[in-house]
Amino acid sequence: MMFDLGRLPEGGVGWMDASGEHSDIVLSTRVRLARNVDGYAFATRARDGERLRMLSQLREAIVISPTVRDGVTVRVDELDHDDRQLLHERHVVSKELTSLEGEVRSGAAVHVGTGYAIMVNEEDHLRIQSISAGLNLEHSFETAAKIDEELGQKVPFSYHREFGFLTACPTNVGTGLRASVLIHLPALVATKEIGRVLAGLQQVGLTYRGLYGEGSEVIGNFFQISNQTTLGRSEKELLEYLDGVVRHVIDKEIEARRVLLRDAGYIIEDKLWRAYGTLRYARSLTFDEAMNFLSGVRLAVGLKLIDNLRVYTLNKLLIFSQSAHLSHSVGRMLAESEANVVRAAFVRETLDGTGQ
Amino acid sequence: MLCDVCNENDVVITLTEIDGDGVRQVRLCERCAAERGVQAAVVAPKPDLGTFVHSVHQQVNPLQGDAVRCTFCDATLRDFRQTGRLGCAHCYDAFENGLRDLLRRVHGNSKHMGRLYDPPLDDQTLATSSADQLRDRMQRAIAMEQFELAATLRDQLKAIES
Repeated sequence: MMFDLGRLPEGGVGWMDASGEHSDIVLSTRVRLARNVDGYAFATRARDGERLRMLSQLREAIVISPTVRDGVTVRVDELDHDDRQLLHERHVVSKELTSLEGEVRSGAAVHVGTGYAIMVNEEDHLRIQSISAGLNLEHSFETAAKIDEELGQKVPFSYHREFGFLTACPTNVGTGLRASVLIHLPALVATKEIGRVLAGLQQVGLTYRGLYGEGSEVIGNFFQISNQTTLGRSEKELLEYLDGVVRHVIDKEIEARRVLLRDAGYIIEDKLWRAYGTLRYARSLTFDEAMNFLSGVRLAVGLKLIDNLRVYTLNKLLIFSQSAHLSHSVGRMLAESEANVVRAAFVRETLDGTGQ
Repeated sequence: MLCDVCNENDVVITLTEIDGDGVRQVRLCERCAAERGVQAAVVAPKPDLGTFVHSVHQQVNPLQGDAVRCTFCDATLRDFRQTGRLGCAHCYDAFENGLRDLLRRVHGNSKHMGRLYDPPLDDQTLATSSADQLRDRMQRAIAMEQFELAATLRDQLKAIES
């Protein structure tokens, strides 16, 4: 546990401040562009030396690119398992890059700055990601596109006249763009309408995932909605389409909240205050429990049942009550049962003085 | 159920349209969908990676899985089938025809409509030296037991280094 998170601009979680549009429902908006550098095999097939040379070529480009010059490069392949997990919990690096279950790939790195993180030697050589608070596809895309343009003038990206930007997986080829909106849908889950909404997303060519991206489960009623298609439409079309559908889902959630309050007001109110009460007084909390109760409290804040609790505080709890973060805060690796006790104490302390 | 537009053919696609007033659903037959520029492949849920790789499997004759080899990274279609990942940018040229069909099935289209890109000219590029590239390719050829290719690459490497 040597990694100093203070090295990362804004700790890598600037989006946590809940400043964006619809931020009580939408946590964050992420746009990523997948790019590969010409002259090397893709990262999963490349030899160790190739990945390292690609990384050093990229670093030379980074230091002369105005938008990313001020960021910090972290060699993920030099971090131990717990530190890699810490970065993963911050949503700074993907599960694939951290290789939490296997051996870490040589040359795996991440370059982090204000509002962006560039993963290096993930499945593709570069995964340029920009993250904003709330619903803000335009801003996230602008940042990522600017970085893409600057770096692409200094290193040659793999590009095909017909297929566009080339990626390791053909599902990303073309624009290489994946835009994801992390959204909290407790009322749609409670009214059991969520199944229809999710099936509808697939029908209109979008997809959803859990809190930690690809292959992850849905925890705490958080869903990541994103585009599936990357080829055959412009970036603008892909983003506008996703934005339209997400706004529709938000409206559905707001409507479901109204229905819940109207038809089962005191039952809902009782449930949400119980969730809050458990978080305020429990002495041991598993991560899943904490996420579920926090989901209830977030809904209570959205419904204005609890009024002196900020969404920022809830976002902070979401990140800092994860296992590697708790271990990091006490300076040693915690066993699960210990972590549950430390988690409960952290949640109590953070919520102290709220909900009066 | 009959198509909302022509009222003649069976519905194959339910199109969800978003406009200023909200969302409405239109049920279309294949022909009317095509007239509106909607391809069935775009609207249907995309197969997951397993289904996707399986479809590659069906397109590639098992006997020919190794027949076409990417000259840059030495990957074959069999490798792609196993991993679901291509080895390098040149694989897109090596397996172009099969890939085009796949891309149409996955994305409903194979033509890039997004940002156009011109790579920087060589003298502005912080490029890796071609000797390094040749060395990587030679090492990979040796690892794949492609000794003939390795020997050719070794000769090319000698030629630039001398």
